[in-house]
Amino acid sequence: MDLQTMTYLVVGASFALYIGIAIWARAGSTSEFYAAGGSVHPITNGMATGADWMSAASFISMAGLISNMGYGGGLFLMGWTGGYVLLAMLLAPYLRKFGKFTVPQFIGDRFYSQTASTIAVICLLTASITYIIGQMTGVGVAFSRFLGVSNETGIYMGMGIVFAYAVFGGMKGITYTQVAQYIVLILAYTVPAVFISLQLTGNPIPQLGLGSNMVGTDVSLLMKLDQVVTDLGFGQYTTQLPGDKLNMFVYTMSLMIGTAGLPHVIMRFFTVAKVSDARASAGWALVFIALLYTTAPAVAAMAKMNLIRTVNPGMVMQNTDPFQPEAQIKIEERPDWMKRWEKTGLLKFTDKNGDGRIQYYNDKTKNEAVKAKIEAAGWKGNELDVNADIIVLANPEIALLPNWVIALVAAGGLAAALSTAAGLLMAISAAVSHDLVKGIFKPDISEQNELMVGKISMAVAIVIAGYLGLNPPGFAAGTVAIAFGIAASSLFPAIMMGIFSKKMNKEGAIAGMIAGLFVTLFYVFAHTGVFFIKGTEFYDLIGGKNSFFGIQPNAFGAIGALVNFGVAFIVDKMTKEPPEHIQAMVEAVRIPRGAKAVDGAH
Amino acid sequence: MDDNGSAYWSATLGLLGKILAIWFIGSFGAGIMFADALNGIKLGGYPLGFWFAHQGSIYLFLALIFYYAKAMGDLDRKFDVHEE
Repeated sequence: MDLQTMTYLVVGASFALYIGIAIWARAGSTSEFYAAGGSVHPITNGMATGADWMSAASFISMAGLISNMGYGGGLFLMGWTGGYVLLAMLLAPYLRKFGKFTVPQFIGDRFYSQTASTIAVICLLTASITYIIGQMTGVGVAFSRFLGVSNETGIYMGMGIVFAYAVFGGMKGITYTQVAQYIVLILAYTVPAVFISLQLTGNPIPQLGLGSNMVGTDVSLLMKLDQVVTDLGFGQYTTQLPGDKLNMFVYTMSLMIGTAGLPHVIMRFFTVAKVSDARASAGWALVFIALLYTTAPAVAAMAKMNLIRTVNPGMVMQNTDPFQPEAQIKIEERPDWMKRWEKTGLLKFTDKNGDGRIQYYNDKTKNEAVKAKIEAAGWKGNELDVNADIIVLANPEIALLPNWVIALVAAGGLAAALSTAAGLLMAISAAVSHDLVKGIFKPDISEQNELMVGKISMAVAIVIAGYLGLNPPGFAAGTVAIAFGIAASSLFPAIMMGIFSKKMNKEGAIAGMIAGLFVTLFYVFAHTGVFFIKGTEFYDLIGGKNSFFGIQPNAFGAIGALVNFGVAFIVDKMTKEPPEHIQAMVEAVRIPRGAKAVDGAH
Repeated sequence: MDDNGSAYWSATLGLLGKILAIWFIGSFGAGIMFADALNGIKLGGYPLGFWFAHQGSIYLFLALIFYYAKAMGDLDRKFDVHEE
C-alpha cells in the first residue's frame, strides 16, 4: 500500500475513534462539563494529563531542539517534567480539596476579591490563547505534510474534530478522547525510536540505546556523536550550553514553575474523586509523560547521527574524512525523503560552491583547526538548512522505516496537537462561562443556562483558535514561551501563597501578580517589541540584549515569580490581615478530611 | 488551627522540604551545576552529568512524587485527617 493511502487510513481510523468517544461521552451537567463528573480514576486522569500536557511542541519540536542544542536541551526535559513535582506537592491536592471548578475561582475566593479573580482570568486567557496558536499551526503542518491537503483544510478539519468532542462533551468528552490520543501519540513516538535505536546500537530500548555502543564497534554512540559533530565545527554534543549555566538554570526553573502554574493542566486534577487521588494522579501523569520525555533525547541524538550519515556517508562508520572532495553526498543522489521535505520548505539546500555535493557543517565555528580544513576544502558556507521540526516528522523516513510507521507519526502529531488544544479550550471556556458570566455578570444563572453558555464559549473559542491558526500573528513562534512566563510569574506564586501563607491578604496577592506579570512582559517586550510589534524593541534602554545577567527573555518567568513573591510579602506586611473566615478556609484546604466532589457554587 | 492540625501541617512542611531538597540536588545540582564534574564518571556510554540532565532527573522526579503520595497518606492517617 502506498504511503498516502496508508496515512489516510491510519489518521482516519484515529479520528473515527475520537468521534466515537465524543458520541459516547456527552456532558449533561456542569459537573460533567467542567470536571468530567469528578470521579475519573487517577491512572486514567494521569494518561489524559499526559496528552493534555504534551503538545505539538513536545511531540514535533522538542527532539529537534535538543538535537541542535545537545546537552543544553536538557533544560526542556528537566523543566517540563520537574514542574510536576511542584504541582503534586504544592498545588494539586490543595486545589482539589478546595473543590471548585476553576483556578480563578480559587484565587478570587481565597483573596476575597473580584479584582484578584479578574486578573487571574486575564492571565489565564492570555496564556491559553497564545499557547493554542502553536497547536493550531501544528495541526496545519501535520495535515499539509502528511495528508497532502492545504494548511487551511487541515486546520478546518482539526477544528471540526475538536468541536465534536469538546463542545458536546466538555471535560468528560475531552478526558476520554485524551486517553485515546495519548495511546496514539505515545505509540507514534516510541515505535520509530525503537527501530532507530535497534539499527544504530542493537538495543531496542532507546533510553538504553543512547548509552550503548554503536553497532559493531566498541565506541559509545554519544562519544562518536561528540567526535563527529566537533569535526564538522559544531559544539560538543554532551556539553554544549545555551548561553551559560546561569541562563540554563533560570530557564529550567522558569519552565518548571510555569508548568505547575498552567491552568489547563491544574484543571485536570479537579476531575479525580479524592485529595489522595490528586497526589497519585500527578505521579501517573509523569509516568506517561516520562515515556516520551526519556525517549526524546535518544531520538534527538540518533536523528543527528543519521542526518550526518546521510550527508557524509562513511564518516560515522568508516571514519572517512568529511573534508575530502568525494566524501559528501551528490545532490542528484540524495534520498527521496529529502526531496519530499524540500517541498514543505522545512529543508533547504543551496550548492554554494557549485561542486554538485551537499556540505553540511557549522560555518560559524570558532575552532581554528576546523576552520583551516574548511578553507583548504574550498567550501563556501553551510549548504543544508534543516528545520528542527523535521527531526521527529521525517525521522522514520531518514531511518528508512516502513510506511505504516510514517503514517503513525502523522496520526501522533495530530493527536498531540488536538489533545492539548482541547485542554486549553476547556480552560478558556470555563474561565469565560464560570468565572466571568457566572462569577461576575450573572451570578444567579441556572445550571442549564450556565452549561449552555459553557458550550457556546467553547464553540467561540474554537473559532478564534482556528482563525489565529489560519492567520498566525508574526510572533507565533515565540508565544508558547510567553504562556510559561505568564503562568510562572503570576498564577503559580498567587496560588502557592494562597495555600502556604495563611496571612497573605488580597492587597499583597494583587500587587504581587501585577508586579510579576509586569516585569516579565517588560523584559520580553524589550526584546520582541511591545506586544510583539516589530520596531518597538527597546532592549537598548535596559542595557542591550539579555542584559539581566545574560538571561534570555524566554527564561525570565522565574525572575518574575521572585518579584511577585517579594512584592506580595512587602505589601502584605503594610496592609491589614485577611479576615478570620479566610484564614479558617486556608486551614481547611490544608487538610484532606472533608473533601467533597468539586462544584461550582460561588 | 488546633494542636493536631498545626502538628500535621509542620510534619507536612518537613516532608515537602526534604523532597524539594532532593528535587533540587538531582536536577539543578547534578544536571546543571555539577554536570561538568560528574561527566568524568561514565554510566555505560553516558557521561553522568549529561545523563542526569537528559534522563536521570526525570526518573528521580517520578520516584519523588510516588514517595510523596505514600508518605502523605501515612501522615494523613497518623494525624487522623485522612479522607473516609
